[in-house]
Amino acid sequence: MKEPNRGKTLPIRGRAWKFGDDVNTDLIIAGKYKLSITDLDELSRHAMEGLIPDFAERFRRGDLIVAGRNFGCGSSREQAPLVLKHLGVGAVIAKSFARIFYRNAINIGLPAAECRNVNRISDGDILEVDLEAGLVRNVTKGESYRITPIHPDLLQILVEGGLINYVKKHGALPWQLRSGR
Amino acid sequence: MAGVGKTISEKIFSAASGRDVWAGDLVVAEVNSAMAHDGTALLAIEAFEEMGGTKVWNPSRVALFLDHVAPSSNETFSKVHKRMRRFAFKHGIPLYEVGSGVCHQLMVEEGYVRPGELVVGADSHTCTYGALGAFATGIGSTEMAAVFLSGKLWFKVPETLKIEIEGSLPPFVTPKDVALRVIGEVGADGATYQAVELHGSTIEEMSVEGRLTLCNMAVEMGAKTGIINPDEKTYSYLSQLGLNPGRGLSSDPDAQYAKMLEFDVSSLEPQVACPHAVDNVKPVSEVEGTPVDQVFLGSCTNGRIEDLRLAAKILEGKVVKRGLRMIVTRVYLQALREGLIETFVKAGCAVCNPGCGPCVGAHQGVLAPGEVCLSTSNRNFKGRMGCTDAEIYLASPATAAATAITGRITDPRSVVRA
Repeated sequence: MKEPNRGKTLPIRGRAWKFGDDVNTDLIIAGKYKLSITDLDELSRHAMEGLIPDFAERFRRGDLIVAGRNFGCGSSREQAPLVLKHLGVGAVIAKSFARIFYRNAINIGLPAAECRNVNRISDGDILEVDLEAGLVRNVTKGESYRITPIHPDLLQILVEGGLINYVKKHGALPWQLRSGR
Repeated sequence: MAGVGKTISEKIFSAASGRDVWAGDLVVAEVNSAMAHDGTALLAIEAFEEMGGTKVWNPSRVALFLDHVAPSSNETFSKVHKRMRRFAFKHGIPLYEVGSGVCHQLMVEEGYVRPGELVVGADSHTCTYGALGAFATGIGSTEMAAVFLSGKLWFKVPETLKIEIEGSLPPFVTPKDVALRVIGEVGADGATYQAVELHGSTIEEMSVEGRLTLCNMAVEMGAKTGIINPDEKTYSYLSQLGLNPGRGLSSDPDAQYAKMLEFDVSSLEPQVACPHAVDNVKPVSEVEGTPVDQVFLGSCTNGRIEDLRLAAKILEGKVVKRGLRMIVTRVYLQALREGLIETFVKAGCAVCNPGCGPCVGAHQGVLAPGEVCLSTSNRNFKGRMGCTDAEIYLASPATAAATAITGRITDPRSVVRA
């Protein structure tokens, strides 16, 4: 088997919800819900509840999350990126990510990008995220910011909509498609 | 890079990927063991089946644990447990039933971790096993499914933050206090993506149980793992468990580090992490007297026999303050034999089966609005113990026992003379 062709990502456009530093996985989805609810519709209703109690009600599909340092720190719970994706989060842009959250986001197909200039973005700004160009355009403010390029192998998983879809499409894991390994 | 030494992490990834790799390299590596628990296994099982998985790469190197909601407190999780039992039976995977213990302790005691190995777990505190000189790190559920399928996963070989800890710990000052002191200094994201390698005379003197506590907390500074070069203590600890420790790897003296930090703990005061961040650390004297409603002794951080011995030594012959409740979770047998459970029960503690329930807000000690808990666990995030309007302080088993006696945050040294 040979490696798949590189897919294309469309720019993601949406309204920014602005958060601060160290948004941990308990704030994204609390353990008490994660350990009593397995239905994703029901679980998603409690997303970000620790920070904005009616977040899930007010959130509109396609909106974006913009945060400071260390987004998703804490637990390895994949339910954290899953509830965000399920609500329709277009992408998470943060100054930095906790590593397990970042891996999980890519593996479930939730775009996550690091951007040094998140402090320039205000709550409610309209943004366009272009993962391939490595750019965030702030339509409201008429500015553009660089995002740290996503490794091409990981971008490919994201483009396919996550690791499960990747395997369904290619019949193997990314590393099983390479010769020698 | 010829002539330049390697860190233990670079050596383990070189061995596991079959090529000579350095910090910054992206590698596909073979893992030696993998684990998931009832908080993360369901998604991994579903992903495995969705990916078309029919056979687990090596069932004897995978372990499943029922510890997060154990015994189950609700029908939804009873169904999760049932599904996990079925999956384990079908694939011949060892499953550790409710009451067996906390996954991170069992992974060590049951021989899933040896020095020099690469271990992944669908839990952020998998970094605990670095105390044995293994590279152990937390991953997500979907990628755990990929490990179930192939026994492999991609990793970025991390840079290393080297921390030298020097000095003998004063009486009733514990490895937990060292962990909190370091996290307070480094910060909640100060070691993100890095391996934290612990060195120094304090570490050399420290028991393996204490090292497990230290490495357990590495993720609270964002680290990929906490790791300690194996020594004779490591090998004899594993031998005493009846395990063959093999021969591990160690960092070269000329290995390259991203950064180096030094701590002197010879006059360290007991430390407390204040609400709602693990890096919001203060010496106990600054928060002494804060009224407390609940004390929790247990978790993957401080639920080992040494922790119970220390708390029991302080609680012996005393009673928990009226109006305060103390919850203890721990593997029974050894604690029973040593009379520790009797001490706790006589002191008025609620002794529960071992598990993660109180720490993650699942059950066995969910807080009410306005309440304050002092816990020996690893996270004090808002809402962590089930209530967003409660406050959690993190401290050592000694500080926990002293606090239970007085009902207020208390320096253990003021309760017991060393």
